[in-house]
This record gives sequence, C-alpha cells and structure tokens, in this order.
Amino acid sequence: METVKEKKKGTDSKKAIKISGAEAIIHCLLAEGVETMYGYPGGAIMPVYDELYKFQDKLTHILTRHEQGATHAAQGYARVSGRVGVAIATSGPGATNLVTGLADAQIDSTPMVCITGQVTRHLLGTDAFQETDIIGISTPVTKWNYQITEASEIPEVMAKAFYIAKSGRPGPVLIDITKNAQIDKFDFSYKKCTGVRSYKPVPKPEMSAIQAAADLINSAKKPFIVWGQGVILGQAEKELKELVEKANIPAAWTIMGASALDTAHPLNVGMVGMHGNYGPNLMTNECDVLLAIGMRFDDRVTGRLEDYAKQAKVLHFEIDPAEINKNVHADVAVLGNSKDTLGLILPLVNENKHEAWHNIFKEKYKIEYDTIIKNDIHPTKDGLTMGEVIEEINLASNNKAVIVSDVGQHQMIACRYAKFSQSKSNITSGGLGTMGFALPAAIGAKMGAMDREVVAIIGDGGFQMTIQELGVIFQHKVPVKIVVLNNEHLGMVRQWQELFFEKRYASTVMVNPDFVKIAESYSIEAKRISERKDLKSTIQEMMASKEPYFLEVKVEQEDNVFPMIPSGASVSEVRLK
Amino acid sequence: MENKWFTISVYSENNVGLLNRISGIFLKRHINIESLNVSKSEIDDVSKFTIVAHTTEKWVHNIVGQIEKQIEVIKAFYHTDDETIYQESALFKIASGLLFDERQIQNIIKDNNAQIVTVSRDFFVIAKSGRRNEIDEMHDQLKPYGIMQFVRSGRISVTKDEMKISAILKEF
Repeated sequence: METVKEKKKGTDSKKAIKISGAEAIIHCLLAEGVETMYGYPGGAIMPVYDELYKFQDKLTHILTRHEQGATHAAQGYARVSGRVGVAIATSGPGATNLVTGLADAQIDSTPMVCITGQVTRHLLGTDAFQETDIIGISTPVTKWNYQITEASEIPEVMAKAFYIAKSGRPGPVLIDITKNAQIDKFDFSYKKCTGVRSYKPVPKPEMSAIQAAADLINSAKKPFIVWGQGVILGQAEKELKELVEKANIPAAWTIMGASALDTAHPLNVGMVGMHGNYGPNLMTNECDVLLAIGMRFDDRVTGRLEDYAKQAKVLHFEIDPAEINKNVHADVAVLGNSKDTLGLILPLVNENKHEAWHNIFKEKYKIEYDTIIKNDIHPTKDGLTMGEVIEEINLASNNKAVIVSDVGQHQMIACRYAKFSQSKSNITSGGLGTMGFALPAAIGAKMGAMDREVVAIIGDGGFQMTIQELGVIFQHKVPVKIVVLNNEHLGMVRQWQELFFEKRYASTVMVNPDFVKIAESYSIEAKRISERKDLKSTIQEMMASKEPYFLEVKVEQEDNVFPMIPSGASVSEVRLK
Repeated sequence: MENKWFTISVYSENNVGLLNRISGIFLKRHINIESLNVSKSEIDDVSKFTIVAHTTEKWVHNIVGQIEKQIEVIKAFYHTDDETIYQESALFKIASGLLFDERQIQNIIKDNNAQIVTVSRDFFVIAKSGRRNEIDEMHDQLKPYGIMQFVRSGRISVTKDEMKISAILKEF
C-alpha cells in the first residue's frame, strides 16, 4: 500500500521522540486508554513483550493459556465495559489461533483490536518459520486489518485501528506488525484518529423516515418491538424504555439484545428466536407493525423467511445500511445510531394503550408457563434441571449478576431464565455459536466490571474446549463463579438427534473427567452437587464467596429445550414439545 | 427472482488487500466474478473496480451493501447492461505469413473495425474493442486460420447516469 493518507481533524500532536516500534505500540495503547490486554508471547512479537515488561505498572498483560482464550477474554471485557478489548499474539500459529475470536467478534459486533507479530519484512512470502498470511486469513472475519512493515506507520495505523473498532457498528480489527517494524527506531508522535475519508460510521437520520415510522407506530393496532444488541451498543436503553412505555408496545429481544430492558418490566415479553418465548414468536406473525431496533434478522430469529411477519409493516432502526433489506424487507428504514433515532422519534409517538393486544401475550405466556416454564424452574421430577439452577442464581444474585454463557442447551436455558436488572449483563456467543467462549469471556468480563458478580454458565462439552483458562483464574485469583451444568452429553446436538435423527446419538455422549478435581488442582474452591436439597445452599455459598468458585451441577441427562422453532420452519410453527 | 447480468462499480482507496476483501464477499455467497477490471478513476487517488456478475437483483443489492461497508470503499453501485456503456478489449496474435497468404484476414480486420497493433517477421497482433459478442464473432472468423494467442480483457463501463463521487467524498 501507499502510506495511509486519511484525513484527520482537530487532534493534538505531541512532540516527537525517537523510540522503537515496540515501545511506540505501548504508547499507542496507553494513549487509547488501554489498561488490560490478553495475549501469548512468541518469537515474532518478542520486542513488544519486552516493552510490556518495562511498562507493567501501567499496562496489565494477562497471559491466557491459548490465544483463542485471549480473544474471548478481550470480547468479554469489551462487552461488559463498552470499551475496546485488546488481544496480542505472535505470528503463525499464534495468529491463526485468534481466528475464532475474530469471527465471533465480527458477527457479534464486538470492538476488539488484535495485534500480531509477523516475520521480518524481507522474509515475507518466503514461507519463513512461523510465517502465515494472517492478513489474508483474517480478511473475511475483521472489520479492518492492516500489515505494518515500517515502524513509522505505527502511530497512524494504531489510531485508525481503535477508531474503526469502536465507531459505528463496532467490530474486530487486526494489526499485523513485522518484526523489523517493532525493532526500528523512529520519531514518535501520536494523534487520535477522528475520521477516515472512505468510512462513514454513523449514517445521519432522515427526518422523513422518522416521521413515516412515527405515523405507522401511531396508527398501529398491534405494534410489536423486537430489539437487538444495537440498543446496547448505541447506549439507547433509556430511549427504548421510554418508547415502550409511551406507546405501550410489547417488546421482545434477540439473544444479543438481552438485558437492555429490565427482565421484570411488564412490557418485556421475552426472547424471540429458535428457543425464544412462545408469545413473541407467534405474535411476530400477528402484529401489524414490527419495530426492529438494532437487530439484523438472523435466521435463528426469523425461521423461514418466506413466512416471517408478512402481514406487518416493518420499521427497521439500524446503524448499518448493509442490513437494510438484507433478509427482511423494510417498509421504513430508519438509519442512524439507535440513541439518536429513538430520541428523535419519541416526541412524535403518541401515548397509547393496546390493552387487548397485551392480553394476548399474557395468554400465550400462561400456556408456555404451564407446559414448559413451570417444569423447567420448579420441577417435580427427581433430577435437577438447568432452569432451576439459573433461577437459584437469580435469587442469590438479586438479578444483578453478569451471566456469561457458552453455547448449547445451557445457553438457551440461561438466556431464557436469567433475570437482568442492568444492561450489558448477558455475555454470550450469539452469532457464531462458539463453544469454549464462556470461561475466557467470563475472565474478561470480571476484569472489565470488577464491581459486578460474574457467573459463567457452561456445559460439560464447551468447558473442555477452553478449560486451560482455569490457569488464568488460578494465577490472578479472578473471582468469577463457574457453573458447569453437566448432562454428560453434547446436549443440543443430542436433542436434535433425538428429534430429527431417530435417537442415533453419534458422538454426543461425553465421557468426562472429574471436573472438581481439575478445578481443585488449580486451587479453586470446587463443589459438585446432584440433588435438589443441596442446590439453594450451595449457590448461596458460591455467590457469597469473594474468591473464584467452581460448581458442577449434575443435571438430567436427556432434557430438551422448548419451545423450539425447528430449523426451516416458520415462527408460527413454534413447538411446545 | 431471475439471474441477470450486473456491472458493479466500486470507488475506493488504492490499498493492498482491498481486492481480497471485495472478492471475499462474492466467495462467501458462492458467486462467480465473470470479469474484473481495476483502474484509476476520474477522481485523483481514487481507484475504480468494475466487476461483472450474473446473479439476482436481491443478491447484487446485498453484495453492493457489503462491499460499500468495507472501510476503504468510498461508494459502490450496480447497474444493468442497459444502464451502462460497456466494452471489452481483445488481442489476437497470428502468424505473419497468413496476412499475405490469406487475403480474407484483411477483410475480417476491416469489417470488424479492428486494428493491427504490430507486425513482425513471425507474427502480427490485432486489437479489437467492443461488446463480448462482437469479439467472440471475430474470434470465430479468425479461428479457422489459426490463432497463436488470444486474450480478452474484463469489462470496462461508464454509466449513463452521473455517479457524483466528488460530492460523496465531501460528505465524509
């Protein structure tokens, strides 16, 4: 490439000093307000680690036990704090191990900057030791990436990386830095990036669209809101609540939108999607105006697209123009940051009641409660259910905990039954569905919100994908609570095998080690329970602990998660059993 | 929705790796790029990709949206054939002896409005610009005489409507 020649506006330039590229990277991170980063050293990134050693009083580096763990920890940190998560790794395998976390952050719009070392410039393309084309590999899973081959590029590119990661619709950025660029000295000065010529992070809301949307909301008899993570990323929780209350609109959330509105709010009608609540899924195909706010109509939300909300006028509030009409046709597209667009529409929306419409949601909830929820959270059978464990955590934490879930049955149960009273409390791998996400993400979440309780809910399968990160909890005494819901199966796949593959349980029966012994070997207080009589007291003990705590709960082995929209079915075909 | 031919025009910064990002969007949807041309544009320091693909309007709309959100892309458009003026270029390398032995070759060159670019002892080169079918026709006419080498470029096109890139650049 030529030099980066983006236009910058109104920034301060510090006086230039001659330092190495590696030291410059540290100064860039400090200038961007980075306090904690996650990573793993190796040959091609050693000059940067040498500087990290010198700056350890200013910048905390957490050595994860695998580079994938570093990305998920950075994601957990970012999701709970709203700040940019930072991960660092060496070239070759260090860099390729970041790919899952990059893909996860890309699909879930998480601001993250990953720094990788690279072989020295004159070795590029020669298949040198630990050389891999991480720019080529990471291109489809990054918002932006760039290879620095000269030290003098560092300040401008690093500033741009942080700006791109956090602005507009956030996402991951990877900066690959050749070893010579880390070693060479240059005149360092740093300017924060405030704009890139070809990049418009937030489209300007159009008043005509806002007015058209308000008119439709005001004329609606059966309006329905589905909100997503865009509300959290746009910090529009207050505006959402005001809109919901002013026009009395029942509101449901996608998995990524959970916790933006208090779970206990009377107009919060639950989750949409494959294992979402009964009423919200059914009513998607009954409403007359569907307000989609900061969500992207993922296939797990919509079911069969040809039968999704065809009767409704769809209003799409969205920051990313590429999402408009991608999956679902928008009758009115309101582009912009959700805080701005909701703020603009609020004065134009009339107060309303919609009582009969609300009653339908209440009736559907009663059906779901009687057939599913009651048995999930207040079971009468002998075996423990995942749902009752989540309910006890709600009680013991007073609905204030950050819940970090992994992927599978326990994730759906955690998202269905966890109660949230504060935004940014549900940290999960929504779009990519990355097993192994929760343990490292919980570490990052705790470090990003030290004043909050962080509870990781993990299945016995996912736990073993990143189990080595117990080492970080041990070394740094990270006071996270780890709950493994052990059903001795890869439960979600087993459920599908039961329902759609005539119970042929191919490779879903787990032969597990003694998890308590493993936790204890890392000096983490650990318990295992399998009976209901021990559940409440143990969870209370866990939540009261100031230390890391590991709890294995032996749950029913062959429970299924319902309601369920089978793959390829319409939201109207949501099954209760 | 039926498949149609679309010309996608992408105005961008001239950066290493951007081609990979753009082609990856086609790859992700399993769509073949039928032709690709990269050149400078009417704006200083702004590159222009001209990409031809055969797909549905819904998909080309989505693809253009996903191209446009790449950081270094300024603006992307799609057009149908009747909204653009488009051409391709081709070179034919033919043995020199044929120019004198086969008088018909000179007529083919004349009838097709093609040009002889160079003549050497062993071969001569014909350049032909035009629509794909015109080049294909000329290829068919020359083939019986023996073509030593043939190459055809990607499509280049300009739109009948204004693109207003300078105005868009000012908005950023």
